[in-house]
Amino acid sequence: MDNVRSEQAGASHQEEGFIQGVKDCVPTLLGYLSIGFAAGVIEKTAGLSLAEIALMSLVLYAGSAQFIAAGMISAGSAPAGIIVTIFFVNLRHLLLSAALSPYFRHLTPLRNMLIGGLLTDETFGVAIHKIADRLRLSERWMHGLNVTAYLNWFAANMAGAYFGQWIVNPDRLGLDFALPAMFIGLLALAMASRNKLALDLMVAAAAVIVAVGVGIAVSPSFGVIAAAVIAATIGMVLERCR
Amino acid sequence: MQIDPGIAAVIIGAAVVTFLPRVLPLMLLSRMELPEWAMRWLHYVPVAVMAALVGQELLLQDGELALLHNPKLLAALPAVVVAIVTRSLLGTVVVGIAAMMLLRLWM
Repeated sequence: MDNVRSEQAGASHQEEGFIQGVKDCVPTLLGYLSIGFAAGVIEKTAGLSLAEIALMSLVLYAGSAQFIAAGMISAGSAPAGIIVTIFFVNLRHLLLSAALSPYFRHLTPLRNMLIGGLLTDETFGVAIHKIADRLRLSERWMHGLNVTAYLNWFAANMAGAYFGQWIVNPDRLGLDFALPAMFIGLLALAMASRNKLALDLMVAAAAVIVAVGVGIAVSPSFGVIAAAVIAATIGMVLERCR
Repeated sequence: MQIDPGIAAVIIGAAVVTFLPRVLPLMLLSRMELPEWAMRWLHYVPVAVMAALVGQELLLQDGELALLHNPKLLAALPAVVVAIVTRSLLGTVVVGIAAMMLLRLWM
């Protein structure tokens, strides 16, 4: 029943094209340019070659994971340890991908794979904002958004890698704060896009406590997963109690 | 301009374990109807994940709680204000980096 209604409502919306997706990506470009630049500098100062940085930004394509990989590679960590750490850091994509799945129900699994392959915190944020009142998202619009963010990320990494040759100590320039600042901005955007400030603040506070507590007791990447599951559950239960 | 085979293996391994969680829910969950409570749960995930990442970045140093002598916590103050007032990712990142740079000059 629900399904039928959503099909009709979706069809009545005009499908937005690739170019609109590119345009909707533009407001985030400069922010990610600066983070990608910082990632490129950190990767370069960690001893990676330009080709390795290109490979990393093209096939891994994940900001926090690239910062962490650069740090662990330069520290001489075991390959298996690096891969497992990145798996846990990026396991949050599981939740982002699941949250978007209802809006791409009209696509085949293969076409959903192409949507998800370039999914990031950033494109997720833009897409969730776009959803607001609609019941499905346009495939072409999502590709426009994803591909623009992807190319911007690659260009930013390469620029950072290039200029990183002359930067001896990136921390002195405050570049190590690019990633936390990005998370702060994304958190503000996630909370601003809805009218549930009190609930969101409680969920955020619970997430911080669990993430820090479990992060100290077990490991930071497991702490993020535990915090996401526990805090989202608290939000869901509190909303029902009202 | 070359790629070390060991580093290439790490990058490709990391890419595979990153790709799967990105695509599997979209490929599998879009085949079925999620119950209403699951949808509501998913709505809180972005805020929870971002808050968890912010909390760890600001409060953890080398795996331990750092509340004092923590430049990241201080640099976060102007970044949070800019994020709330402007809702601009670029503004937040630029102000955060600048604040961090100034703190490192003074501390």
